[in-house]
Amino acid sequence: MIEVSDVRKSFGKLEVLKGINLTVKKGEVLSMIGGSGSGKSTMLMCINGLEPIQSGRIVVDGIDVHAKSTDLNHLRKRIGIVFQQWNAFPHLTVLENVMLAPRKVLKKNRQEAEQIAVRHLKHVGLGEKLKVFPSRLSGGQQQRMAIARALAMSPDYMLFDEVTSALDPQLVGEVLDTMRMLSKEGMTMIVVTHEMRFAREVSDRVAYFHQGKIHEIGSPEQIFGSPNQPETANFLKSVHGA
Amino acid sequence: MFASPLRWNDVWLMLQGAGVTLSLTFWAVLGGTLLGLILGVVRPSSRWWVSAMIGFVLDIFRSVPLLIQLVLVNSFNSIVGLRLPVFTVACVALALYTAAYCAEVVRSGVLAVPLTTRRAARSLGMSWWQDITSIVLPMGMRVMLPTWIGLTLGVMKDTALVLWIGVAELLKTSQSIITRTQEPLLVLAIAGLIYFVISYPIARAGMRLEKKWNTQ
Repeated sequence: MIEVSDVRKSFGKLEVLKGINLTVKKGEVLSMIGGSGSGKSTMLMCINGLEPIQSGRIVVDGIDVHAKSTDLNHLRKRIGIVFQQWNAFPHLTVLENVMLAPRKVLKKNRQEAEQIAVRHLKHVGLGEKLKVFPSRLSGGQQQRMAIARALAMSPDYMLFDEVTSALDPQLVGEVLDTMRMLSKEGMTMIVVTHEMRFAREVSDRVAYFHQGKIHEIGSPEQIFGSPNQPETANFLKSVHGA
Repeated sequence: MFASPLRWNDVWLMLQGAGVTLSLTFWAVLGGTLLGLILGVVRPSSRWWVSAMIGFVLDIFRSVPLLIQLVLVNSFNSIVGLRLPVFTVACVALALYTAAYCAEVVRSGVLAVPLTTRRAARSLGMSWWQDITSIVLPMGMRVMLPTWIGLTLGVMKDTALVLWIGVAELLKTSQSIITRTQEPLLVLAIAGLIYFVISYPIARAGMRLEKKWNTQ
């Protein structure tokens, strides 16, 4: 379970998170939507400790992420994250990209790590590309590789930070399909996205971020069907209009 | 031979001098690269005043002519009474000089690795050290290599300056042969050829490695 209570976060003088409260249960898929600069991506970075927070608490399975005593490297084994920029390691083959962290962090031997990597790469449909360098892959394939790379650590949670925003439109589908598959398998996911149809279809709950706060949170049917807040309605109208 | 006072024995002496040049280069580049690696990796992730201090010291080594550094280090050796052999003194001075340049080469390589890539590595639970050794250095290497090869070749030629503190490397040996034979053009041509024969394979190896990496 991920418990976020009254989290505040600033970049210099600019406060980007103004008291966030949120609970994500095991097996749940939560989508975070909202305009750019609304704080949703920053929230993700804070959940696995990539960004420090100024006040409040984020607790993952009883571990306070931002406590001084917390071993972040240890915690991050359990929280996978995939970024907008897929961030392939360009000097390693697809297989080596996925094998690296199981070998270095989980201390698996080469054979075990390779088995894990092959399994996850096949799972995301890249079984034919094992020996290829990432530069030979399309954006969609690189992003699926990044998902396999995170899954290879057998995380309990997966965070997705606008993973389709940098992709050519015709490549978005394959990545969303992969995420759909994960949600069906029961993975706990927090998904920052601009893909409203995907959010509506896959999420258990949807949170609308506005000016550093969760302005409204509820079931997809409620948020998309009958939003309580005028800002939510305006945002959804502007997105659908685009 | 050559219908001149130059004898085969002289060429042999020059080859021995070339051996000294090679081993000077080897130690200077080895020591300089190790020290440069440490400084270049540590500097971008250290506090601003540590970084500024390291930068200032490196600037000194890069701004003062190598010849002056050699003479100063050599004098320091005598004044303090370390009694290090002059070859060692030359290696130390050259290594420090090399480190000052190498640190910049490494730093630019480290900074060339996108922060988002490093963040991805850390998000997989990798430590700072694992990030440096598995991601940053292998990726940065591709940026560093051409400059590093240039630096190595430069240092190889700069070793000639150590003749001023009395190390008998290739140029010093050539000079004494010139004094005896009065054949400066021929001797210097041979010395130049030897320098070329040493440099060329290093440059070629660098180019081949670069090509191989570029195909990835």
